[in-house]
Amino acid sequence: MLSYILKRLLIAIPVMLILIVGTFILMYTAPGSPFASERGVPPAVLANLERQYGLDQPFIVQIGSYIWNLVTQFDFGPSFIYRDQDVNDLIAQGFPVTLTYGFWSFVVAVLVGGTLGIVAAVRHNTWLDYLAVGISVGAQVLPNFVLAPILVLVFTLWLGWLPGGGWQGGQLEYIILPVIALSTSFMASIARIARASMLEVLTSNYIRTARAKGLPMRRVVMRHALKPALLPVISYLGPAFVGMITGSVVIDVYFSTGGIGQFFVASALNRDYGVMMGITVLLGALTIFFNLVVDLLYAWIDPKIRY
Amino acid sequence: MSKFTLLMTTALAVGLSGAAFAQETHPETGETLAEDQSFSYRLLDQFPTIDPQLIEETAGGHVARQIFEGLLTQDDQGELRPGVATEWTSEDNQTWTFTLRQDAMWSNGDPVTAQDFVYAWRRAADPATASEYAWYVELSQIEGASAVIAGEIPPEELAVEALDDYTLQVTLQAPLPYFPQMVVHYTFMPTHQATIEEYGADWTSPENIVSNGAYILDEIAVNEFFRLVPNPNYWNADSVIMDEITGLVINDANQALTRFRAGEFDMMDDLPAGSYPQLEEEMPETAHSVPRLCSYYYTVNQSESGHEALQDPRVRQALSYMINRNVITDQVLQAGQAPAYNFTHWATAGFEMPEIDYASWSQEERQQRAMELMEEAGYGPSNPIEIDLIYNTSENHRQIATVVSQMWRPLGVTVNLSNFEWQSYLDIRGNQNFDVARSAWCGDYNEASTFLDLLTSRNANNDGKFQSEEVDRLMAESATMADPQPNYTRVEEILAEEMAIIPIYHYTQNFVLDPAIRNWPMENVENNWYVRDIYRVAE
Repeated sequence: MLSYILKRLLIAIPVMLILIVGTFILMYTAPGSPFASERGVPPAVLANLERQYGLDQPFIVQIGSYIWNLVTQFDFGPSFIYRDQDVNDLIAQGFPVTLTYGFWSFVVAVLVGGTLGIVAAVRHNTWLDYLAVGISVGAQVLPNFVLAPILVLVFTLWLGWLPGGGWQGGQLEYIILPVIALSTSFMASIARIARASMLEVLTSNYIRTARAKGLPMRRVVMRHALKPALLPVISYLGPAFVGMITGSVVIDVYFSTGGIGQFFVASALNRDYGVMMGITVLLGALTIFFNLVVDLLYAWIDPKIRY
Repeated sequence: MSKFTLLMTTALAVGLSGAAFAQETHPETGETLAEDQSFSYRLLDQFPTIDPQLIEETAGGHVARQIFEGLLTQDDQGELRPGVATEWTSEDNQTWTFTLRQDAMWSNGDPVTAQDFVYAWRRAADPATASEYAWYVELSQIEGASAVIAGEIPPEELAVEALDDYTLQVTLQAPLPYFPQMVVHYTFMPTHQATIEEYGADWTSPENIVSNGAYILDEIAVNEFFRLVPNPNYWNADSVIMDEITGLVINDANQALTRFRAGEFDMMDDLPAGSYPQLEEEMPETAHSVPRLCSYYYTVNQSESGHEALQDPRVRQALSYMINRNVITDQVLQAGQAPAYNFTHWATAGFEMPEIDYASWSQEERQQRAMELMEEAGYGPSNPIEIDLIYNTSENHRQIATVVSQMWRPLGVTVNLSNFEWQSYLDIRGNQNFDVARSAWCGDYNEASTFLDLLTSRNANNDGKFQSEEVDRLMAESATMADPQPNYTRVEEILAEEMAIIPIYHYTQNFVLDPAIRNWPMENVENNWYVRDIYRVAE
């Protein structure tokens, strides 16, 4: 097990390097510059700016020093647009926000989605099943960029119950709408996957044997069916969890939470090379890490899998 | 009187005065003021910085106007009024002397002196600062600015001098009658040397910042909100009524409008495309449309990389004449914009609108003339041309480009539309990789030259590469003239004869504002507002 983990972590190093170099090249070749503006910056000023940010150096020196600073000091460098901040500051401000609403969205999506899916499968072809499927299909076809404005319209403008955006250090009333908007489609996917895999498990031979021995349905489901039925759900949860805690651009844009999703979009549009690289590296590392966690969970759940 | 009754009396007196304050009326107008004197507004995007010498866009500029105060500020008409300087004089429009008030203080209690301005202005030009707005110092014609920016001479040689603590003298390389208008700009606001030297790039954070305006920065969460509170050390603190300013960053315009309707904040501009007519009808007291010092036009590429036909002024004229501006302002935009036949915005201070021939014609006359011109130039439906029209991604620009391409069709002009996101767009337009490009220019100061200088042959923003020796000469001359209006009129005439650019409309600023907020500077065409001037009345 330990050697497996080590091996996976070692493989992660070249993967991260490829990610960094690839992103750097894409960024380097994109037209425009962080310092371009409608006013047309005079050449002398532009030269000063480029010197200050090291953009006058050859490509290989730029990428080399970026990786060096990242590896040796964990320094993501300066933001090219937010002149008073560096990338570490911006991530330190934005990531906890995203992590908070992402975590709660995950909890809600797993609990609600899992329950819906399992209930639907166990009560296959009854009104409960139809209701659960109905809810999850409804949630699936309602993307969060449609849901978010509707939520604000209903809960902020019409009912006046909740603020339409902001974060205020993560007070409960500010978290509710982002969590609903973010968790809905994940919840729907989880419900669908859980239902399908539970149905499959319930028709398998060993479940039939268990039923034939006269075990009550509840016990069959909890003891024998649940764990194997969760395997496909878990493999979905890895990327879903990364997707949620790294935030959704839509959530950040619509609810002005100050999360990193917003920084990510803005950095691409403004050519804020530092922020764009920083967030890409962060998301890449998280993806790799959680995929590893999921693989380890597999081994725990499924005795057939050994590392 | 026992100690206890004394205490009670005092408490009662304090309580009463508190209650009296809540019922307070405005000292000048006598209106009853609301108890809640807070102002909140929506920002489209997070401002990159509030360091006056580094700011390069409007959102940060609005914040700087609240927390810093330059030599001069603007009143609600956009006219100059004293800021830190009480007097400003010049004999020859070339050497300017500003006398500073002696009671101006920084938020930490230090006096604001002429040296603070000297420091800030040198800092703006200093290559080590690497400010994108260093060009503004160059534009203001201060002697030595270009050389300092290029790193040829040290920043200390910029011709800004503190004659004593309260007298600032500036020497320009050429006379500039509107120099005082230029010092209103945020680039020329003072900054506190000791603070910047102590904290470096972190000096603008709420715990470090020292500023000299009516407000100070209290809290900021990037991409979420910021809050300003009154600066007790501001020299005119007694006149400040609003006791809190909050800015909320909300990217999505529709979302912002919903939250405005829910009463979450008091003001927003950058309204959703096409929403203004309905808002005006629904909330006439709340929706406003005021002139704004920007002109919308199409740049025609007259350099070698442009379409051959566009080198011919007759073709450019024909294209311009075919555009029915009224359709664009009244049916596409519908927010009070003025059709434009010249470049300089009609509301520019001291500017007399020139009489442009084709402005007075009917649209039928223009179209007829356009067909004739096109034929004379050897083009037309029998010899059609194909041109590329580019615009930066936006619903309004797309609609206008579509309408214009339809209007050009009868001339035998086929238009290929393409849109690019902003950074790519600047790159493409700046390198003349287009035939016709959507453009807009907003005045940096309230004087016609801020527009007309753009079309001089050496201007870096002359993206169409229009060249006219006469325009260059007239504009160079105008800088030193007591009354430059005749030159401006002549330049506008040349622009129309040559159709150097195709003017389309003059902007309005469209916004919604809670009607309880009073004294908003509706007539300041540069959209420079100071929260210390506004107040909220009781409903």
